[in-house]
Amino acid sequence: MSEPQQPDNSIRPEVKDQQTPSQIAAALQRQHPEWVSEVIEALGEATIIVPRERIAEVCEWLKTSPDHEFNFLSDVCGFDRGPEEEPRFEVNYHLFSTTKHHRLRLKVLLNEEDVHVPTVTGVWRTANWHERETYDLFGVIFDGHPDLRRILLPDDWQGHALRKDFPLRGYEPYSLT
Amino acid sequence: MSAVANIPPQFEIVDRPLDTQMTISMGPQHPSTHGVLRLELVLDGEMVVKATPDIGYLHTGMEKLFEYRKYQQGIVITDRMDYLNPLGNNLAYVMAVEKLLQIEIPERAQTIRVMMCELQRIASHLVWLGTHALDIGAMTVFFYTFREREKIMNLIEAASGGRLTPSYFRVGGLMMDLPAGFERRVQQFQNDFPKAVDEFHTLVTGNRIFQKRTQGVGYISAEDAIDWGLSGPILRGSGVELDVRRANPYTSYETYDFEIPVEHDGDVWARYLVRMREMRESHKIVQQAVSRLKPGPVKADAPKVVLPDREAMKTHMDALIHHFLLVAEGVDVPPGEVYHPIEASKGELGVYIKSTGGPKPARVHFRGPSFVNLSALPHMSRGCMVADIVAIIGSLDIVLGEIDR
Repeated sequence: MSEPQQPDNSIRPEVKDQQTPSQIAAALQRQHPEWVSEVIEALGEATIIVPRERIAEVCEWLKTSPDHEFNFLSDVCGFDRGPEEEPRFEVNYHLFSTTKHHRLRLKVLLNEEDVHVPTVTGVWRTANWHERETYDLFGVIFDGHPDLRRILLPDDWQGHALRKDFPLRGYEPYSLT
Repeated sequence: MSAVANIPPQFEIVDRPLDTQMTISMGPQHPSTHGVLRLELVLDGEMVVKATPDIGYLHTGMEKLFEYRKYQQGIVITDRMDYLNPLGNNLAYVMAVEKLLQIEIPERAQTIRVMMCELQRIASHLVWLGTHALDIGAMTVFFYTFREREKIMNLIEAASGGRLTPSYFRVGGLMMDLPAGFERRVQQFQNDFPKAVDEFHTLVTGNRIFQKRTQGVGYISAEDAIDWGLSGPILRGSGVELDVRRANPYTSYETYDFEIPVEHDGDVWARYLVRMREMRESHKIVQQAVSRLKPGPVKADAPKVVLPDREAMKTHMDALIHHFLLVAEGVDVPPGEVYHPIEASKGELGVYIKSTGGPKPARVHFRGPSFVNLSALPHMSRGCMVADIVAIIGSLDIVLGEIDR
């Protein structure tokens, strides 16, 4: 067995041909300024806030662009800022590149009256279940989704459980019978 | 119209002699669905036309619970998600919180984390091997794998006090240091384990029935696997060399010498070979970690985050105050959001935490690898036989606790 090297305590070392989150954000802003509402950089991660109706286009571009190759959608998750906030909902898309190993977060902000987002199932098929989960728990409607049904909760469930105004124990005891 | 008025239309019995398709429900109490998973199978004779997973039977609202608990209390919830790999869940969660707090943990704690996580990965793969072979019809393997797993469970129990729910990793380090003589016990396991893997190979790999049941079954190509977001051994079984431990290293994994096993066939057999080789790689990493263990602190020097030493608490005023505040009020985490991915035994386990300040998170989301891997089941199972479904589910290595959360 080889002599163990001295452990390096850095959490995120540099990998070759990997772009830093800020480089990706800058490239997107330079080439398509209309797609970027805001760039937030914190804790070594970049978040790009994208206009709602553009999200599928942005994802398609990031997936096919040879500089980025975000061919892997890690995760989609929603967030409810609270009933009194405006915009109220956030949808986060966590992108990853299997060739370049960099990551990026896209964010879409939604008002409570109009919780519609274009689906990204056409870009990555894995978005199917993630979007169903976000619909189930937050009530965000993904336009164009092929099969937008509840996934974790029963079909006849009332309300969306991860919204901040949904009580922890539900409105009433739930029974399957 | 049915004779009984209140039968829903989809359950009406209609006699159509030329229509050979049949819809049957597999589960939720089927033993080979590894928990409470229901599959809606559309069959044409013995052939599967369509398989639709129906999940949610174990949904316990864990992500909602996190929002009502302090950060430290969240650790015990993570144990109950992927209950075969609880230390991996602990690691992903505490590392995400550590990233929000921007604290560094000491070297010894990192080494112990690596060692325990790799032992847990072996344990998780052993359960997979036992149940996968059991599903296919080889019952003996189960007893051999659980014999080895028991040794790892005893090690985890010795370190943390819990077998299935260790909660051993805490924000800023570990719950406590390893007990005396732990290295010797790990070494004992390390000495025996390669022989055990040889034993599994003798039992399973050369078995002609096992090969016939797995080769060419549940094929998925590399492009499709990436498109479906598959990760872990399934993605590597399709020929994609990707491991989060290498791609985005954490806990000093970049300093360990190990290989990423890759197979190119993309079927159940390839996933079997990948996991079998992964056990040997994990064994290698544990060996390196044991040789690196040097005395030192296992908790970060961050009094506002980490509980003080028991002895210090009894003699020092400030330690007592910190202890009281930590338990009563919790950790004040600055606002921000992080996504921290790790390589769990089943694939990429990502934790998204959104903090708006204060002791409780605003949102915790788990990207469970089993959840995503299961979503590709309809794609993998088109045109296979009913019995192959059982082999494919076994090769996906799903844990319903993580899928339903």
